[in-house]
Amino acid sequence: MNNTDNLYWQENIRILKILLSIWFVVSFLMSVIFVDQLDVIRIGGFKFGFWMAQQGSIYVYVILIFIYLKMMDNLDRKYHHDEKAILAEEAASRRAQGESP
Amino acid sequence: MSLQVLTYLIVGITFIIYIGIAVWSRASSTSEFYIAGAHVPPLANGLATAADWMSAASFISMAGIVSYMGRDGSVYLMGWTGGYVLLALLIAPYLRDFGKFTVPDFIGDRYYSQLARMVAVVCAIFVSFTYVAGQMRGVGVVFSRFLEVDINMGVLIGMGIVFFYAVLGGMKGITYTQVAQYCVLIFAYMVPAIFISMLMTGNPVPQLGFGGELTDAYGGGYLLDRLDGLHEELGFAAYTEGVRSSLDVLFITAALIMGTAGLPHVIIRFFTVPSVRAARKSAGYALLFIAILYTTAPAIAAFARTNLINTVSNAEYVSMPSWFRTWENTKLISFEDKNGDGLIQYVADPAVNELTVDRDIIVLANPEIAQLPNWVIALVAAGGLAAALSTAAGLLLVISTSISHDLLKRNLMPDISEKQELTYARVAIFFAVCIAGYFGINPPGFVAQVVAFAFGLAASSFFPAIVLGIFSTRMNKEGAVAGMIAGIVFTAIYIVYFKFVNPAMDNADHWWLGVSPEGIGTLGMLLNFIVAVVVCRFTPEPPQQVKDMVLDIRVPGQPD
Repeated sequence: MNNTDNLYWQENIRILKILLSIWFVVSFLMSVIFVDQLDVIRIGGFKFGFWMAQQGSIYVYVILIFIYLKMMDNLDRKYHHDEKAILAEEAASRRAQGESP
Repeated sequence: MSLQVLTYLIVGITFIIYIGIAVWSRASSTSEFYIAGAHVPPLANGLATAADWMSAASFISMAGIVSYMGRDGSVYLMGWTGGYVLLALLIAPYLRDFGKFTVPDFIGDRYYSQLARMVAVVCAIFVSFTYVAGQMRGVGVVFSRFLEVDINMGVLIGMGIVFFYAVLGGMKGITYTQVAQYCVLIFAYMVPAIFISMLMTGNPVPQLGFGGELTDAYGGGYLLDRLDGLHEELGFAAYTEGVRSSLDVLFITAALIMGTAGLPHVIIRFFTVPSVRAARKSAGYALLFIAILYTTAPAIAAFARTNLINTVSNAEYVSMPSWFRTWENTKLISFEDKNGDGLIQYVADPAVNELTVDRDIIVLANPEIAQLPNWVIALVAAGGLAAALSTAAGLLLVISTSISHDLLKRNLMPDISEKQELTYARVAIFFAVCIAGYFGINPPGFVAQVVAFAFGLAASSFFPAIVLGIFSTRMNKEGAVAGMIAGIVFTAIYIVYFKFVNPAMDNADHWWLGVSPEGIGTLGMLLNFIVAVVVCRFTPEPPQQVKDMVLDIRVPGQPD
């Protein structure tokens, strides 16, 4: 592995650590372990802990994946891993939609 | 138009669409048959993955399960969505860059071992058959309840449809059919949910109505407060509080999450997109489309639970609305007047309780309970079929590729031509459909129990092997194989003991560390990781070319 690839990989790992920590806190701490403590807070008809366990956690999951997509796009651009992938994808979606370029 | 005719019409139209798509998207090469030629745009793959993932159980049973479990039902809501974060961040992009056809392909190549490949093939086939039997049963059940066809006839019709588009189109046909099936199933799920939310809370968004106030006709006040109050009156635990121990909830959720991230029919969907970036993106789309149903389900659960208690509790049996009788005929509702007062006592105490309600009713009878028009009821039938057929097709493809590609081409008969391999794939799918149909007609009594098995097995075998294969260059075949075998054996023994050998002991007093068989996959997974890492320390490093391959898949877009 050359040096650039090594740096790319380390930054990738850093992104994963941040996002997976949030994922862990939301899934297991807020929605399971401390759910009763959070239930003290109320938002409209919801107890907050209950809402996290049945609604909020799922919203956070969706947001996390799209943040990851964005962060990896930036990383790929920084290390020039983007063009080939993006061009191939555009070509495929053009083919699928039957559009001309 | 009568409900019967309308249902035939709507179901018939959806079937014609599926067959039309199959004819349009025939597969002509193994690449098209296995991974749709890797030409699927991320949006289409997201839709297809969502349909693939959401089975008859998600569509028909989940809201009902949550409705009976209250807050504890979150194990399924989080367990069957949280895994997509792991898929997107830890698995999908790298396996896409690896760029072969199947999960056993990756395990076999990464661990340079036919034994590892075979362990993966056996797990993939076992997990997929477990699942597919339930789907075929779901098809039969929907047919018999809505179209008044014999259950077995329903299974046969379902087999015919799946067989037609899976054999003809392979992954390509399945993918584009699944796109259509997602649209049908989500529309069918949301329409009654929106109607009921409007009716009960005046809010058209079920996710908001869930936390909203009831309309005056329903007595006002917050829905969830009312539900907690009703539960308390009848002796049930409060709806918004849990009964299971936190530790067990945590382990079950984790096992379902890691299991999701290790299920071959889900992972394989990310091989069908053109690039690494498309794999990440389609994971995001997939979860977004899944989340629409998964955040609506708990709302439906609360609406239906309140509605049900309001309608039946202490009401006269003779004055029950017509849907009550309809579902009584199908034996999904049963009433036994124990104290002979003609009123329905629906309470927590089993000695006094007089009403038994099957959880599937919550979704299937919802439109009738809320007195929605007939076309909505017909739509629910088409939605249930779409959910069951789309999942069945994805699973059947995994079974067929495991046999024609992993077992024959990569192991027993490496010299066969691509054309022969394609023929074997089609023959394999034919037999897989027949076996699945057999299980649909003669369901083994333990289908519900083996679901825990499927997830436990995927969590304790595939998930660690794949993650270690990507994130550790040092991991070798000895470590991976020992880890997978330790994880599977431990998980299997625990589940088999409590579910089959000694079911009487299956309660919190006898569980090891208080972990139920549903959650044991989490411990199996940890065991797999530990054994793999320890064994790896004492055995030789993997060959240089394998290390190079790992480094290569970590960086997108480099030549193989």
